[in-house]
Amino acid sequence: MRNEQRSLFFNVDWLLILIYVALCMIGWFNIRAAVFDPEHTSLFDTHTRYGSQFIFLIVAFVVGTVILLLESRFLSALAPTFYVATVLLLILVLVIGRNVGGNQAWIDIGGGFRLQPSEFAKYSTCLLLARYLSGVNIKVTEIKSFLIAGGIILLPMLLILKQPDAGSTLVFCSLIFVLYREGLSPLFLIIFGLLAVLFVLSLLVVNQWYLIAGIMTAGLLLIWFVKRNRALALWVLLGTLLSVGFVFVIRPLYTHGLQSHQRERIDLVLGLTNDTKHVGYNQNQSKIAIGSGGMWGKGYLQGTQTKYSFVPEQSTDFIFCTVGEEWGFAGSIVVIGLFLFLLLRIIHVAERQRSPFSRIYGYGVASVIFFHFFINIAMTVGFMPVIGIPLPLISYGGSSLLSFTILIFTLIKLDSNRMGIV
Amino acid sequence: MNSFFARRYVVTIIFVVIALVLLARLFYLQIVDEKYILLAKNNVVRTRIVFPARGPIKDRNGIVLVENQPVYDIMVTPKQVKPFDTLALCDLLGIDMKGFRLRLANAKIKNGVTRATVFEGQLSGALYASLQERLYEFPGFDVQLRSVRSYPDSIAAHFLGYTDEVKNYDIEKHGGYYHPGDYIGRTGVESSYEEALRGQRGVQNLMVDNKGIPKGRFANGAYDTAAVAGEQLISSLDSRIQKLGEHLMQNKVGSIVAIEPSSGEILAFVSTPGYNPNLMVGRNHGNHYMDIQNSPNHRLMIRPIQATYPPGSSFKPLSALIALQEGVITKQTTYLCPGRYLANNGKPKCTHVHGLVNLSSAIAESCNGYFAMVYEKLINARGAKATATSLDYWASNVNKFGLGVKLGVDLNGEKRGRVPTSKLYNKFYPNGQWRSKTILSNAIGQGEVEATMLQLANVECAIANRGFFYTPHLIKAIGDKKVIKPEFTVKHDVGVDAQYFEQVILGMQQVVDYGTARASKIPGIIMCGKTGTAQNSDHSGKNHSVFVAFAPRDTPKIAIAVIVENSGDGGTYAAPIASFMVEQYLRGKITPRDAGPGFSVDYYSGLNLMPQPKVKAPVKPLSPKDSIKQKLIDSAAMKQRAPKSPANRSKPITIAMLPKKEDRK
Repeated sequence: MRNEQRSLFFNVDWLLILIYVALCMIGWFNIRAAVFDPEHTSLFDTHTRYGSQFIFLIVAFVVGTVILLLESRFLSALAPTFYVATVLLLILVLVIGRNVGGNQAWIDIGGGFRLQPSEFAKYSTCLLLARYLSGVNIKVTEIKSFLIAGGIILLPMLLILKQPDAGSTLVFCSLIFVLYREGLSPLFLIIFGLLAVLFVLSLLVVNQWYLIAGIMTAGLLLIWFVKRNRALALWVLLGTLLSVGFVFVIRPLYTHGLQSHQRERIDLVLGLTNDTKHVGYNQNQSKIAIGSGGMWGKGYLQGTQTKYSFVPEQSTDFIFCTVGEEWGFAGSIVVIGLFLFLLLRIIHVAERQRSPFSRIYGYGVASVIFFHFFINIAMTVGFMPVIGIPLPLISYGGSSLLSFTILIFTLIKLDSNRMGIV
Repeated sequence: MNSFFARRYVVTIIFVVIALVLLARLFYLQIVDEKYILLAKNNVVRTRIVFPARGPIKDRNGIVLVENQPVYDIMVTPKQVKPFDTLALCDLLGIDMKGFRLRLANAKIKNGVTRATVFEGQLSGALYASLQERLYEFPGFDVQLRSVRSYPDSIAAHFLGYTDEVKNYDIEKHGGYYHPGDYIGRTGVESSYEEALRGQRGVQNLMVDNKGIPKGRFANGAYDTAAVAGEQLISSLDSRIQKLGEHLMQNKVGSIVAIEPSSGEILAFVSTPGYNPNLMVGRNHGNHYMDIQNSPNHRLMIRPIQATYPPGSSFKPLSALIALQEGVITKQTTYLCPGRYLANNGKPKCTHVHGLVNLSSAIAESCNGYFAMVYEKLINARGAKATATSLDYWASNVNKFGLGVKLGVDLNGEKRGRVPTSKLYNKFYPNGQWRSKTILSNAIGQGEVEATMLQLANVECAIANRGFFYTPHLIKAIGDKKVIKPEFTVKHDVGVDAQYFEQVILGMQQVVDYGTARASKIPGIIMCGKTGTAQNSDHSGKNHSVFVAFAPRDTPKIAIAVIVENSGDGGTYAAPIASFMVEQYLRGKITPRDAGPGFSVDYYSGLNLMPQPKVKAPVKPLSPKDSIKQKLIDSAAMKQRAPKSPANRSKPITIAMLPKKEDRK
């Protein structure tokens, strides 16, 4: 028993834990700044958000420690149970959930605390996806396996979209990195990227015929280059035609398929509309907060944008404003550097696993964190439309902190056992 | 490890590239683009201007002439307005619901929803008191204290002037010192001492939150500046005689200027018809201003410095002094007056046959013939061919007394009047066909000589001082340190030796003792004066009654010039008014006069001498063989040109002369 404990202590990836703790503390300090009120300066007052967050942090550390003490085999074995449980919770939340800010995403669990099942769905989906893909003779390249894997991802997506929480739904898209790593054709990534570019272009270019002419020209040039390879040329031709078709359908789809506030937010980022008062208020104030930070920032608790409530949601989704305003570009480098370090470390850890389950799960964790990190910061700097997803470990919120803690510590646990058999 | 191991690098590269893209964007926002620093500051910093109290103005005895009265502006911050009993507020302010909504909408347009805008301006203290108790019921409304000018005695409007909201051209002219909504001295002392009175504005940089609620000082007040109150001005005015002067001059057109000869300090500065300075303040000052401007007789005009008149006979002592100094006459020079000036076809005439007159009796009886003789001697002193040189020399001597030049009084808009030179007559008579006789009217203060009452009072100062004067001024001390402007302590020599004055002063004493102003003799005070009857350019109008004087003779304390337009002889109106002013100043009260009980302040203040609406006489074209006629043509032409637009209202009245009526005094 003592032997096992010592091995656990030596085998955990302390670097990951260090980055995790660093991000948590940065988050806590910035939540304090975001909700700072000169009249209430107590650090641990649970009526304030930094007081609550302190409790969440303790809970998270306890949960993390508990996960480290669990049997690794247990996690893999329970993956389907977790998955089913979260799916049930996602259904339940649609029935008895509490509606906060337009999303029916919360279940009251008493004591003034609420549970957000969608946060935990990310975890259980990652686990089940890892469990399924690590199975014998399962290959993503095969159509059946691909469809089942896709189904595992799609089911919680659809349920969350029903809430409707577009941000959390999109997070599941990031799992395409996992599939890619496990052998999915790079064509999917390319198509994904191409569709995104076409989407933006078709909204930006007023006259669609110019865009279509451009696509045709590019397609024909490509065909001319690869004319020796008949099959490839045919694929390119097909792609070109599909692109043209996509351009035709995207406008009506955009106009009718999206809700008006989503459309407005996208228009804003693309510069199609210019508004700083209503729809664009948040993002404009967010940019002002970050942009006014300069190189070294205004100093801790000195951010005027933050302190005087010019940025809404500044302790949750727009927490990065506080970092940018009070710590400046230097602070931005530190936070982004830590996230990149975390992501690369997770990939490193994932790749050193002997068991495919651990590796696939590790990629799942990296994908989810990456997506949150990218979309959240891009949103605060005006690169992405406003989507309500938190910055991992930094934004205020118990469910979010807990789910990321579970995600990361499960990986640490799996990693500490990498020499053993899962 | 499996066959797709290399794909980790693709994923890694994607992560790194995205992180770098975000960093690049942040670099642009935080380092490159500096507009956000300004935008954040604009969000949070509200600059509040702290208005300094404008300096008060007191009279020479410390009596307040202008002070500041608090008024209250109701401010509204639209974002903080929550539903409340709007009807109650409307009732308090005396506005209706429509007006309420309109004001609120205007405030939003003007300053946005988070800034405080004036909702209703300049409420009285009484209204504020009733509002203050209930202010908590009206969220988003606040009161801002301001001060406006108040004139406790409502006197000396022209002297003090008024303040007014700055116009765009003021803002441009003063290089950004003023902001819209600021007040600036527009006329009078308020204008000429603007820089001392206005003080220094203070600035507070407040930080507000997203609802516009103040949260404290920006940068702990490091960029704040304190307001410095304006300087107090001690004016030279004596409000007691100023009040008496305004009382005497009611229902008359004209002006009074009284100066202390030993210092040049202006003791009284009356311009009638005037206006109540308190009307230029408050919520309705714009309407009052238009009313005053549109009423007849140029009520806004500062007559003592802006209206020029021929001085008439009041000019004679000056003529005598210059002639004495030049040596063309002596104290003993006499003239046998046959009732006219024989040397020029009997022009000018005298009122009656004076017989043999000497210098002093010529002054006392205002003998035109004597002074025509004196003038001819002066102009012909260098021979007929040097008329121009002699005239110019004479003019320069007159200039030394402050006529025909700006005295440099501390008021804007001073007129220089006119002392004719050869240049003027060469213009009238291009062939140089003018001689001493052509311009003889100048001898008796008619013709082309024109002066303001300030200049005439100043001449009396020079005579009272026996040869010098100080620049007349309105403000004797600036600020707590009682600074006096250095230019007001410079003695101006008039170029006539002291010895020549006594004979002239004797004549002026006789004017009051038994001459043309004998009715105005003050028991126990030796006043030296000279009446004048300035001929009116208008055929139908009466002459202007002029009187200049100083007293007491040996230790002069006051010099005075009075004009009552279109009233008659100098001795009839101007002299009595001057005598009351002088006595009040010297004695502090007015004693019964020898002339009888009817000769009283009440009688003269009760007189209505306002000119009747004039009927314009047809203007006949006159040939310019006489300089005076030429002047008439000029003035008639000018009259026709001058439209009755407000822009021309404040122009000085130029009173042209006719040679037909002779000067009698």
